[in-house]
Amino acid sequence: MATPKPQELASIQHQPHGDWWMDTKPEFRPGNYLYAANPKSVEYVGLPNARAWDPAEEDWKLPPNWEEIVLEGLRVRLERFRTLRIFMDCCVRCGACADKCHFFIGTGDAKNMPVLRAELLRSVYKNDFTLAGKLLRRVAGARPLTLAVLKEWFFYFFQCSECRRCSLFCPYGIDTAEITIIVRELLNLIGCNIDWIATPIANCHRTGNHLGLQPHTLKENCDYLLDDIEEYTGIRIEPSWNRKGAEILFVTPSGDIFAEPGIYTFMGYLMLFEHIGLDYTWSTYASEGGNFGFFTSHEMMKRLNGKMYLEAKRLGVKWILGGECGHMWRVVNQYMDTMNGPPDFLEKPVSPLTGTKFENANQTKMVHITEFTADLIKHNKLNIDKSRNDHLKVTFHDSCNVARGMGMFEEPRYVINAVCNNFYEMPPNTTHEATFCCGSGSGLNAGEYEEMRFRGGLPRANAVKYVAEKHGVNMLACICAIDRAVFPALMNYWVPGMDVTGVTEMVANALVMEGENPKEYNLRGEELEQPIAVNGPQAEEEAAGDEADSEEGGE
Amino acid sequence: MNRAVLPLGAVIALVVLGFIGVDAAGLRYLFGVVIPYLAVATFFIGVVYRILKWARSPVPFRIPTTGGQQLSLEWIKPSPLDNPSGIGGVIGRMLLEVFAFRSLFRNTKMQYWSEGPEVRQASDKWLWLFAILFHYAFLVILLRHLRFFSEPIFGWVQVLEKIDSPFEVTLPALLLSGLALGGAVTFLLVRRLYLPQVRYVSLAADYFPLFLILAIVTTGLLMRYIFKTDIVSVKEMTMGLVQFKPVVPEGISSLAFVHIFLVSVLFAYFPFSKLMHAGGVLLSPTRNLANNNRFKHHENPWNYPVDTHSYEEYEDEFREVMIEAGLPVEKMPEPEEEPEPEEGEGAETAPAEEASAEEAPAEEAPDQETPGEKE
Repeated sequence: MATPKPQELASIQHQPHGDWWMDTKPEFRPGNYLYAANPKSVEYVGLPNARAWDPAEEDWKLPPNWEEIVLEGLRVRLERFRTLRIFMDCCVRCGACADKCHFFIGTGDAKNMPVLRAELLRSVYKNDFTLAGKLLRRVAGARPLTLAVLKEWFFYFFQCSECRRCSLFCPYGIDTAEITIIVRELLNLIGCNIDWIATPIANCHRTGNHLGLQPHTLKENCDYLLDDIEEYTGIRIEPSWNRKGAEILFVTPSGDIFAEPGIYTFMGYLMLFEHIGLDYTWSTYASEGGNFGFFTSHEMMKRLNGKMYLEAKRLGVKWILGGECGHMWRVVNQYMDTMNGPPDFLEKPVSPLTGTKFENANQTKMVHITEFTADLIKHNKLNIDKSRNDHLKVTFHDSCNVARGMGMFEEPRYVINAVCNNFYEMPPNTTHEATFCCGSGSGLNAGEYEEMRFRGGLPRANAVKYVAEKHGVNMLACICAIDRAVFPALMNYWVPGMDVTGVTEMVANALVMEGENPKEYNLRGEELEQPIAVNGPQAEEEAAGDEADSEEGGE
Repeated sequence: MNRAVLPLGAVIALVVLGFIGVDAAGLRYLFGVVIPYLAVATFFIGVVYRILKWARSPVPFRIPTTGGQQLSLEWIKPSPLDNPSGIGGVIGRMLLEVFAFRSLFRNTKMQYWSEGPEVRQASDKWLWLFAILFHYAFLVILLRHLRFFSEPIFGWVQVLEKIDSPFEVTLPALLLSGLALGGAVTFLLVRRLYLPQVRYVSLAADYFPLFLILAIVTTGLLMRYIFKTDIVSVKEMTMGLVQFKPVVPEGISSLAFVHIFLVSVLFAYFPFSKLMHAGGVLLSPTRNLANNNRFKHHENPWNYPVDTHSYEEYEDEFREVMIEAGLPVEKMPEPEEEPEPEEGEGAETAPAEEASAEEAPAEEAPDQETPGEKE
């Protein structure tokens, strides 16, 4: 299952084969599908049909009446979601969405055109829920739900990262993410989830975070990072965990306390809060900002998300501050208060340093770290030395969910420009609301899926490559934990030498901390006096490669 | 390609049916009165039914697709039309969507070179241009036809007609909207047949309205410029329809009946087809909702309680290790209590949840309407 080389993978044919999609079937081969959910994880959260199974096998060990369960599930959801009903009914197949999907661009597989992904469900909807479909069958584009159809659903609805890029371009706002969410719910009714989603949610349910880090482990991991901060800056930070009476509860994705480069962002939070003397606490119970329940069902999303408010209430904090994460913020922005609110026990969020009222968060009582930091910078509350990031030439990746499920564009750019001198935008139509997915969103970040993730990440990586070649960009900044987890490998594959950072890591590196060590290491332990090679724009060809070498030297 | 053949055949059959019905069978009253009435009734009842069905379905979550800067700190300029935070912005966004096809205007074309590889997103406004041409031309034609349903003819209809015929070089004057509609429909049809990706996804239901409208335009143009019909008789008939005193005077050509028949088919077909996208766009929750969930509560009518793993359950499992790690706990363990099991990785060692059975058939739960309740 070796992942093909970039040159091989780049040979993509975007013309569909054959005459009609209905006559083709996906072929499950190693590297193009995701492993089935571990039955223990499925059982632990009480989801049905927990069993060991393999998507590549003929027999999926489904319940005998699985068709009935799925169709009944579809009927119920048609009653519950206006989105589903309208999206099933009003597509005109104009094809405007077709080449907007990163998975279509990266695979050339026609069924990755959003219109066809939706049609995979629409065909069954027509067959069982519309008159035209019942009368005209295939002529109307209808087909009965069969095992082959189900397998196709599993294949393609776990090949959609719910990034909503197609929804932006659709003249009717048909949102494939919504369709994918609902089909995944249907698949979960008969136990067809993937393990990269099922096990994190079981972990999150039990330990409070996707990684399954137990309370003492979380604290230990944090302590190691505190040691690192002390080593590099000379400052010992003593944050609090599960502390009652703190003003603010801080929640961020657990991925950031686990692996590089997310841990540097985590260290960034610690330093930033220390710098401003924030009265806040971490929680081990609500130790996950992300929500893989969102990739399973609306109900599972609500179950996992509920912990944030429960913990805020138990600790008696005034409001919640949220870290850098993509889908976490779509959930917080568009679902949280509706599902688990209103949180009347919290207060309207006010920055204790600037007095700024975050009016746009008056209902959820949850503020984004980037909004919070931008406000601090605007009010000159941070002592910043931008030049400490002078070795970086930075571009910024708008995370899909924060872009199209929230609309946070200027805040991160303001912060980045305040902490570094060299910022370059990627080409138009690949940033802001038209941003491209990292290719691994919505729970697809599994090792066995590397090839597909590299394909899905191609459009994003290509835009990064463009600014690397044009401006010598050597650092890809983002405000999403999944981005931080997947970009290093994706960049290494398509844009070797490109490094990845969270925005708060950059902020922390630019902070002039009181009593700091004069040695001036950055959070990665790289000495700042030893400049990391910065190429002029003329060194286009070598830019990426050179950066890689010098970066390694720095470590 | 074969999926285009059937609808083409169907439209030809309709044309033939019209001629046979009027010429051979002499069913002029059927084609001039009965079918138009039925078609219009079907149209209105069907459209209202479909819209009500959509409008009555719940909107559990406020999930607009945000296409611009959110309302944020006061010194950051928001984009109310692409990311509305209130009703004003939503109205603006919907007006732009309906009258200017805002989302389609964003359209780009992917360009790909496997050497490199290189991906580019180039500007591509052709679909937008022809879509907007098609819809506005159609609108103008519909409105112009009000001359057949008003006596005296509405003044603004006459003005519209004047604007529509700026070059009075022919007799009768050339009406641009007819040509524009014909051209736009042809473009949309050719595009559907020519672009492999669009052809691949197209269904009979995508070709049928195009062929039908093309036939309507063709019969209309033929009647106006070549095979003229007795326009006074036609008007007598159409006025009879609106005044509910139906008459079918002599002198109306078969072509006119066929034209009316095809229009009737389009009206009757409308509510059952994708042509309902006209109503769908107005109700689409990714477009017609404000992105204000963080400061304005949205109620999910079927929100139901779920099993969230409580802090108490969590602490009961991890109390020992929490105390050891110096983390605060709510309850100190009782002295005689058995030590908690050793830590396990992930969920494997965890006991099964007792409340878990609730989750599976999610459908049965929503009878309890307590919003936001968790316990």
